[in-house]
Amino acid sequence: MGLGVDIRNKIARRAAMEIRQGMVVNLGIGIPSLVPNHLPEGMLVMFHAENGITGMGPSPEAGAEDANLCNAGGFPVSLLPGGSYCDSTISFGMIRRGRVDMTILGSLQVSEKGDLANWIVPGKKVPGMGGAMELAQKAKKVIVVMNQTDKHGKSKIVESCTLPLTSSGCVDMIITDMAVFTLGKEGLELTEVFAPHTIEEVILNTGCTFNTNKELKVI
Amino acid sequence: MNNPFQKITTADELIRHFHDGMTLMYGGFGGVGSPPTIIEAILQSGIKDLTLIGNDTGFPHIGIGQIVSQGRVRRITTSHIGSNPIAGQLMTDGKMDVEFCPQGILAERIRAGGMGIPAILSDIGMDNEIVTAGKQTCTIGKQEYLVEPALTAEISIIYAKKADSYGNLIYDKSARNTNPLCAMAGDITIAEVEEIVPLGSLHPDEIITPGVFVDYIIPSEGVNWKWAWE
Repeated sequence: MGLGVDIRNKIARRAAMEIRQGMVVNLGIGIPSLVPNHLPEGMLVMFHAENGITGMGPSPEAGAEDANLCNAGGFPVSLLPGGSYCDSTISFGMIRRGRVDMTILGSLQVSEKGDLANWIVPGKKVPGMGGAMELAQKAKKVIVVMNQTDKHGKSKIVESCTLPLTSSGCVDMIITDMAVFTLGKEGLELTEVFAPHTIEEVILNTGCTFNTNKELKVI
Repeated sequence: MNNPFQKITTADELIRHFHDGMTLMYGGFGGVGSPPTIIEAILQSGIKDLTLIGNDTGFPHIGIGQIVSQGRVRRITTSHIGSNPIAGQLMTDGKMDVEFCPQGILAERIRAGGMGIPAILSDIGMDNEIVTAGKQTCTIGKQEYLVEPALTAEISIIYAKKADSYGNLIYDKSARNTNPLCAMAGDITIAEVEEIVPLGSLHPDEIITPGVFVDYIIPSEGVNWKWAWE
């Protein structure tokens, strides 16, 4: 990602503000995995892992790992009170049936129409979509957390994705190191700018036009 | 152990059922919940040209990934190969055909196979050529759906925590994943288990896979690979 820990945590903290008590939330790998660290103390959230865990808790301490209790990325986790295990069809049934309130995931590109391209890295081998298509298409709210620009300084928010799509028109919100955008009926809208960045800087680093919310916040 | 249904056996006894060119389905997710002892027996047997069906290709040294990495697989239906670079290389080199299927739809196709349903209808990835390639569509009302054929296999290999001697199974935490589905979709289903318990000692309400679906039970010798996190 090339983002420092502080910036990654800033993005994760902002994403965490979207989560409400009692929600079912699926987190992707990378920055999304930092989100639980930024929830208010005592907030009960059912984290969902597509390999069949609802109510996933943090990684256990070294030495206390259980090889048969891992997240979808294959790393040891724990189960919180009220949590449960299920098979893969039920786990994805929760997603397709609209019972997963939110998914927070990384991306390579997002278009101004909310198209998501996060599964094929150019020049690398095709990894397969895993559960990304179902999550992108069927989670009630899709939040993308990513750097505003790629390593060449080009905007990852674009008019039209040049990379293969995971799902079209699925993204509801984008949180980057510079700003927060929402995607609604009126299209892409800038709602927050992270100081010390400025609106001008965001415009310069966004590959498409966007509306600016009347109550734009600089935070 | 009392063996009234003659289901309890060993991997060595069962290897005669495996042959070149066969279709093999396996439980597991990133190697978690894949049966290590059966996989080791398959590796030792040297069978090749396999058609595999399973969630992912594990890691090169973990789970089914070991069989894939040895170039023993001609074709695979799966959702993800990203953790196993050798699988990607075999695909790029044209040595292994890969049919990618969205993960939950893949699981549902396996379930359909196990339930005796010929296909399911899906609205996942309909605008994606990789998903739709070679598949029929079907219109119900005004909505178009993708016809996703059911999947079965000559043999399914699965992993469970406990079996009784009839093959009633319970699973272990997130090692359940695709195992109960694969258990139903094999013409022959082999369950590798941590513990074999007497008939009647599993609470009937806690059994996840009824023994009806399980043909053979073998005791697990445990994982013989190192996990990525270790």
